[in-house]
Order: sequence, then C-alpha cells, then structure tokens
Amino acid sequence: MTTTTAAVDAAGLVKEFGTLRAVDSIDLHVRQGEIFGVLGPNGAGKTTMLKMLATLLPIDAGQARVFGVDVAGEPHRVRQLLGVTGQYASVDEDLTAAENLWLFGRLQGLRSGEARATARRLLGQFSLQDAADKPLAQFSGGMRRRLDLAVSLIARPPLIFLDEPTTGLDPRTRGEMYDTIRGLVADGCTVLLTTQYLDEADQLADRIAVIDRGRKVAEGTPDELKTSVGNSTLQLRLAPGADAGLARRVVRRVTGAEPVLAALSGQLNVPLDAADQAAEVLVGLREAGLEIASVSVAKPTLDEVFLAITGHDTGEAGAAEALETDESLLEMK
Amino acid sequence: MSTALVDPVPPVGRVSLGVVDPATAVARTRPRPGVADTVSQTMLMAWRALKKMRRNPEQFFDVVLQPLLFTAMFAYVFGGAISGNVRSYLPLLIPGIVAQTVLTTCMVTGVQLREDMDKGVFDRFKSLPMARIAPLAGPMTADVVRYLIAASLTFVMGVVIGYRPGGGVLGVVGAIALSIFTGWSIAWIFTWFGTIARNARSVQGLSMMILFPLTFLSNAFVPASTLPSGLRDFVKVNPISHLVSATRDLANHGALTGEVGWTVLSCLVVIAVFAPLSVRSYRRHM
Repeated sequence: MTTTTAAVDAAGLVKEFGTLRAVDSIDLHVRQGEIFGVLGPNGAGKTTMLKMLATLLPIDAGQARVFGVDVAGEPHRVRQLLGVTGQYASVDEDLTAAENLWLFGRLQGLRSGEARATARRLLGQFSLQDAADKPLAQFSGGMRRRLDLAVSLIARPPLIFLDEPTTGLDPRTRGEMYDTIRGLVADGCTVLLTTQYLDEADQLADRIAVIDRGRKVAEGTPDELKTSVGNSTLQLRLAPGADAGLARRVVRRVTGAEPVLAALSGQLNVPLDAADQAAEVLVGLREAGLEIASVSVAKPTLDEVFLAITGHDTGEAGAAEALETDESLLEMK
Repeated sequence: MSTALVDPVPPVGRVSLGVVDPATAVARTRPRPGVADTVSQTMLMAWRALKKMRRNPEQFFDVVLQPLLFTAMFAYVFGGAISGNVRSYLPLLIPGIVAQTVLTTCMVTGVQLREDMDKGVFDRFKSLPMARIAPLAGPMTADVVRYLIAASLTFVMGVVIGYRPGGGVLGVVGAIALSIFTGWSIAWIFTWFGTIARNARSVQGLSMMILFPLTFLSNAFVPASTLPSGLRDFVKVNPISHLVSATRDLANHGALTGEVGWTVLSCLVVIAVFAPLSVRSYRRHM
C-alpha cells in the first residue's frame, strides 16, 4: 500500500429498495487525511450510501474499496479500518459511558486493562469524566454525541464515518464538535461526513459531494460549490402587480447573473458575489419604478445550491424521501 | 501505532489521541475472527446481557413466578385426579414443570433478542470487526442464569410442598444441569425466530404456537400411557418427553439412563440446525 491509496474509492454504487434506487451509481473518491462532506436533503441516499461503505448494507452493484480493501469481499478487514458514528450506530442505553467504552474496546481486541485505560483517556478528552458512571438517560444530546464519537474512536480507526454529526445540537456544542473533527484529521484520520447544512460542509469539509435522489449531482470544494450560487443571495418580493420580467432584466443588467424565481413563494432570488451588490440591485429596481414588498440578504442555503445544480428545490426531493421511509425516519430521529 | 499524548486539561471539544497511520492499520487487519476472539466476544456479549438483567430486575418475574405458581397450581389441581394425591403426583409433575419453565424462558430469549436488535447499538455491533455469532450467542449464554433460577426454584417449590427426590442432591443437580443445557440448545430455535420475525410481538406469537404443543403434547404432566394411541406416538418422539423422562430418571432415581443420551442428542441436532440458520439470517438482516 502506498500513501496515495484512497481512503474510500467507490465506483457505480447502487442500492435498491424494491423499485426505488436509493443510491444510483454513485462514484466517490475520498483522499487520505481529508474531510469529505456528503451534502443532501433528507432521503437523498446519504445514509444508505454510508451504510453500504460501512458493510451494514449489502452493495447491490458497483464496488467500493476502503484503503484498498474490498468492502464486499473482505468486510471483516474493512470493519477494522472504520469507526462509524450516526443516529443508527449508537451506544448501549443500559450501560454507563465507561462501561460502553470498555465493552467496545474489549470487543475490538483490547485487553481489559488497556480498554479501561483507553476508556478513561477518551472520557477525559471528551470531557465526560464526571459522567463516566452515570446512566445514559441523564446525558444531554451533546454528551450523547460525544460518547458516540468516543466509542467509534476507541480502536483508533484511520477512517471515520460521521452521519449528520451535529443534527439537533445547539450552536456551541456544534462548534465543539467541529473542533473535535478537525482534531481527528490532525491526527491523521480521514473523515467522511454527511450533512444537510451547506454551512457545516463549508466550515468542515475539504471537498463536498452533493447527493440528490440517490445520484451525485455535483462535487468540488466548498468555494467551487458556492460560486455556482454566489456568495450570498438577495431575496426580493415584488409588490403585487409589479412587472417580474422587467425586474429580471434589471437584475441581469446590474449583477450579470440570472435571478431565480421561486415558484412557491413568488420570491426572486438574486445570487450575489458580494453583499454590497444588494444596494446596486435595489437602486436599479427603484430607478426602473419597480415597487418591492420585502427584501432580505441571506447566505446561500442548501436549497439554493440545489436549485442551481439540479433545477429543482430540495422540497421536490421529498418525493424520493417519502419512498425511502426507513432511512428518512432514521435520519429524522 | 498510536503514541499516547498526555494532555491533562483539554479544552472541551479539542481532541488529540495520538497519530493514526492508515498503512499500519491496514497491514494489521485480519481477514476473519479467530476462535479465541469468537469465544471472548461471546463472553463479552454475555457480560453485557447480565448487566442489563441486573439493571432491569423485572426481567426475572417470569423465571421466579412461573415455577412457584405453576408448581403449586398443577400439584393441587391435578394431583388428586392423576395420581390419587398431591404427594405421589410430585415426582411426575416437578420434572414436567422444570421442562415447561425452561422452554418458556427460551422463548423470552428470542423475544428479547428481537427487541435488542431493533436498537441502534446493534448496528454498531454489526459495524465492528467481531464474530457474527457473538451478539446472538452472548445473550443466550447469559440466559443460563435464568434457566438456573427457573429450574432450581421449581425443585425448591416442589420440596416445600412435599416432594422428596429419590435421586438425592446429585440426581437433582444432574437434572438441573441437563435442563439448562436443553434450554440453551432449544433457545437457538427461538433466536432464529428472533432474527427472521418482523418485531418482538410476532416472535412471541410464533413461539407460543410451538411452545404449547411441545409442552402439553408430552409426558410433562400426565403419564403417556393414558393418552390415545396417535397422540402417544407423537408424545414418544417429542424431544420434550425425552427431557422430562431424563429429568425424572435423574431426580427421582439418580439414574443416568438412555433418555439422557436421547435428550443430549436432540439438543445437539437443534444446535447444528438452528445456530447456522440464526447467524445466516442475522447476517442478512443488515
């Protein structure tokens, strides 16, 4: 094995549930030592893909390698290289934090004393030492998530899967989780994480793949993805009766970019390279005699990335989500 | 591979556990779990199950109440009708109740496994490089404690209401040991149900349908000679009848008869068939 071996190398991954292709020929190439983000709405197939790579679901077609080891052919070896944390791979509710760490350490071949020492060290690192012997029922969401992650790290796997690691966490805890994840990479680990938030992928990931309805629709660095939708978005609602066509022409003239009319809300979304372009657009509209009902400037959201890349918003992906009930239920939990 | 970094007061969230080298990690991987690993992982899963039992003592209601209630009920209700009086019915009845309670306990094994498997932690077990049989065999092994309680309490209750086992202490201990082994073996059937059924309730339903014919269409509560001929033939081949007869021989006469051999043999057959079935369906259940 050379250092150039990819941490994850998957080609044409397919998973079918009945007639639904939950994962539809996805290629994925995760380099060693990077944080790779898989971005997509609920039910896009992110969790299913991760479960296949983690040997938790059989691969229907295509093939995947983890550090050069074939996932379908040598699952036992692949499991020795992976730590999985997600809503589905959790910890044992009936054991304490220390007992969980000890058990999972022992199950992965540590001797009893070693497992106890590693457990103590991890509890310290994750600031859980005071809660080490408390029932898990008393743990906050953030503590649970930290314990989940600590358990995944006990055998020091070089590749870590994080399935929506910050869903449901408050902003402070979320920030701590980001620090933790960066620390892992600094130690030489590779991280593959899924998220529904562009902002999260932006802050953490070196590269991002956007998944929609089981397909990979885009891949690139966060900057590349954001450039496709502008750095921020001006959201305009024209007064009733105002000429939307004229407004579009004005926007195009001022920003050089094509505004997107959101069908449901009747809102005009204008991608901006810089936030101060907003003033120019507003002045332009005023000069053209167009009346505006409301206006706001926002950072691009996953919805806009989606809209820009796929031509439909994430809500439409809900159709796939409804079929993929099993997964979306897990993801919602 | 990892050099321990000592950092006494880490800021919350910042973690450094030492450097990980993927190439070394890959080189160290083993293609499959060895026998020693499988055994130790099974024992660890048994440890986990025992911890759970201790923290949820209500799980012991069935193995405590059933022997006490059923022994007294059956003895006083059927004793006079079947054997003339309660005391002479006990040598016939107690081994029957032992077999019945052990079987019911087996069923609970399957139901609880199903409940456990629906929890998130089972996905983590599956994601670990551990023997696939360990999460199944572990809880079953812990259940030996439950069989032990169920079988011992039945004998104790019997002695309280007047049963005097002719096989002595050794005979009774032998009978209990045989019952535990049988319970552990038969539990593989219910474990298999646990891995194929949709949920815990259907495991229970399915198990009941197996359990009642097996226990009542046996010589557990009545002498086989009192039964109509067709039924008697079934009763004779029913493995539970062998267990009951073997337990009677051991407890009442201290005799190691051929029935013991038949019981052990049918147990081995059950394990040979249902253990691989269970592991296969557990593996596919991902």
